[in-house]
Amino acid sequence: MPTPAPSATEPTSPAPDIAVRLRGIGKRFPGVIANDDINIDVRRGTIHAIVGENGAGKSTLMKILYGVQPPDSGTIEINGQQVSLHSPADAIKVGVGMVFQHFMLADNLTVLENVVLGAEKRHGIGAKARAEIQRISDAYGLGIEPDRLVEDLGVGARQRVEILKVLYRGAQIVILDEPTAVLVPHEVDELFGNLRELKNEGLSVIFISHKLDEVLSVADEITVIRRGTTVKTVDPAGVTARQLAELMVGSELPSPSTEASTVTDHVLLSVEDLSLPNPGGRPLLEDISFKIHRGEILGIAGVEGNGQAELVESIMGMRPGATGRIELDGTDLSDRSTGQRREAGVGYIPEDRHRHGLLLDSPLWENRILGHQTRPPGVRHGLIHRGAAREDTQRIITEYDVRTPGPDVLARALSGGNQQKLIVGREMSSDPILLIAGHPTRGVDVGAQAAIWDHIKRARREGLAVLLISADLDELIGLSDRIEVILRGRLVGSFDPDDVTPEQLGSAMTGAGAPA
Amino acid sequence: MIGRLTRLMLAISTPVLALVAAFAITSLVLLAAGDPVLDVWDQILSVPETRNLANIIDNATVLYLSGIAVAVGFRMNLFNIGVDGQYRVAAFTAAVVAGEAWLPGYLNTALAIVCAMAVGAIWAGIAGVLRAARGVSEVISTIMLNAIATGLVAYLLRQVAVREEGSNQIGTKQIPEGSRIPNIGLGDGTSSVYGFIIIAAVVGFAFWFVLNRTRFGFDLRATGQSTTAAVASGISVKRMTVTAMLISGAIAGLVGLPILFGDSYTYGSTFQSGLGFAGIAIALLGRNNPIGIALGALLFAYLDEQSNPLQILVGVSPDIVAITQGVIVLTVVISYEIVRRYRQRLEQQQVARALESERGEASNDKAEEVPA
Repeated sequence: MPTPAPSATEPTSPAPDIAVRLRGIGKRFPGVIANDDINIDVRRGTIHAIVGENGAGKSTLMKILYGVQPPDSGTIEINGQQVSLHSPADAIKVGVGMVFQHFMLADNLTVLENVVLGAEKRHGIGAKARAEIQRISDAYGLGIEPDRLVEDLGVGARQRVEILKVLYRGAQIVILDEPTAVLVPHEVDELFGNLRELKNEGLSVIFISHKLDEVLSVADEITVIRRGTTVKTVDPAGVTARQLAELMVGSELPSPSTEASTVTDHVLLSVEDLSLPNPGGRPLLEDISFKIHRGEILGIAGVEGNGQAELVESIMGMRPGATGRIELDGTDLSDRSTGQRREAGVGYIPEDRHRHGLLLDSPLWENRILGHQTRPPGVRHGLIHRGAAREDTQRIITEYDVRTPGPDVLARALSGGNQQKLIVGREMSSDPILLIAGHPTRGVDVGAQAAIWDHIKRARREGLAVLLISADLDELIGLSDRIEVILRGRLVGSFDPDDVTPEQLGSAMTGAGAPA
Repeated sequence: MIGRLTRLMLAISTPVLALVAAFAITSLVLLAAGDPVLDVWDQILSVPETRNLANIIDNATVLYLSGIAVAVGFRMNLFNIGVDGQYRVAAFTAAVVAGEAWLPGYLNTALAIVCAMAVGAIWAGIAGVLRAARGVSEVISTIMLNAIATGLVAYLLRQVAVREEGSNQIGTKQIPEGSRIPNIGLGDGTSSVYGFIIIAAVVGFAFWFVLNRTRFGFDLRATGQSTTAAVASGISVKRMTVTAMLISGAIAGLVGLPILFGDSYTYGSTFQSGLGFAGIAIALLGRNNPIGIALGALLFAYLDEQSNPLQILVGVSPDIVAITQGVIVLTVVISYEIVRRYRQRLEQQQVARALESERGEASNDKAEEVPA
């Protein structure tokens, strides 16, 4: 049963059961409005989800609520009291705590030490603190052992430590920023169990996500944010995931599904016994072998940090320690440099476009040359051809719908989706035969996502071999012709995307289930 | 994409603002010390005579080469503090080679210059190889190589030196007249500047051309901006590190040569030192741009020359300009950073505006976006 979002003009009478009331929150950054007239009421003892696309302004809003950034306009009321938060310390003082997407824990310290770090004044650092941690852990069913080293804990346990840290500091309102992004399905269920415990004890949970099924299963109320403003607050019982998604996007949804198979017998990429030793540790990659054919997309599924990045970088020749054989269309690339592999016809969309894909402080036309320094049109006979590079950048801007005033803009000035479209366009230049795409739609908006999916499908139709790494299982299942699961640096199972569910993939990714 | 006019205005206003700020701070220092502020500026800002002008240009030539040598490293995020040692080892080598005069006339000059560049390159290359192979910070290794250079040159000078007639100073053999580089007259009959200035200009042009127009320069700048992106694009960062240090060292090898071939004709114990450190300041001042470095070198040389008579005329130590020079570097670095951020914001706003007017898509500074 959708209820209309409260408007800013409404008088703000302190309702007894409202833990957090945001009214008319606005925040501008250079060139963009991150938040505009945000109005949210979070009731005490509920899980309130805030959903929206990447970049809709959720994270900015939460930073405002946690005192990291001041709002340009609007008011924040906590338990009926108007507050102004200038730092996270202020937020903690009024009972607001935040669990960030990226954990902030010291691996070489114990849970106890991590929890008391910075909060030594509350219960000291000794037995009293240990007792308090145990009490909180038991009260909310977190199952935390205070004396274990954080480095020995799994991702789910680390997250619980983060939650405990927040509770230890006296938070009554807990914000979780995309908490499920790093978890596999069964860990997500555990987390939701913990969150329900918190709720039952009278705490308020603000849960930020863009995964709608999860939100629908755990939240008591859902507020949708689009383009920096609150669109609607809805009751999860009354909406479907699709309706929510359409509220988020404001239009019809794209889907990643591929067309008829274009897979051929012709092997383009053949990887044999690829290993990457790790001095003093478990190998980062171990005996990885696979083949990708002309017109085939091979998807690699795995929990982040299980060797995906290393696999891609080894194929690209960026990991000097890698052993094994890599053949591209019959040519042995094993001893070639990254530059030579690129010349041999490898297009590379790196997973971290800011670190590996772009020169942020260079104009787009120079970024067009990056990775193609040995090839026309940007470079001829060792000399830079600015005119030709600009012209070809203009072609990419047009063909790949990069939203920019022109090729002389610095890459930094573009939005993430447009940066990514530029990279895709660049890597598809000079006729590659293999495209390696690492998380190609991570952090891009829905419009760009659909466009990038289209480009990957087109690459497949045109007979490229595509290696697709993604954390988005729907994307993998929708695009791939075959999915391999990677776990602790080894390929542990091969799946046909036509008859695999995200749950099956999820359990293979954690090593819980036997490969199909 | 900022308009040409805005860009030009920003480019001009930055150094002007920095200079004004530096002069103001120097004035405060003078005031605090109870020195006559106006008299000092009156002397420093007076129009130099032709004789002084020649000195300024000569000094600037030397400083320019030093600045370019440092700038090559800077463009790749390498901090070559060792230009000071590199140019002394190189100038000494050139002096020995030219003094021995194995070849006649200008062939001898050319050989000496090549040897100087090679020795400078090798001296800097040691730091480059250590960095590429063992990850040793070039800051540390070049500083240590400076110390080694000082000792090495002093020792070798004793081995090969001849005592100048009627003097206690020792130096290498005088370069024969036919191998010296003639000075260029300034038209008043007495004042002249180093002929080496032409070589310096060629070096400046080559620096610009290689960096901005060649693939090698692109690779170098790309590596300087982002090592990770460079690696992913297929650049061998280790090779670039060594090459950049070799080039930086080769140019550093030229720094002492205008003096050697145009003035002293011998490398002695009193050969000018400290030029490499001035080069760091000048490269910063000139923002690693060949024209900017030329202006920076001229400014430093001008301040040095104009401050010389301060002691006699107004009773203030000429070292006051060292304060000015230091403050200039700081204010320039600060004001460029401010302007860079301002430009970046301006550009982001313009991109956002251009896109808004076209269709609704915007970006924020965290590279996230709002769905179209």
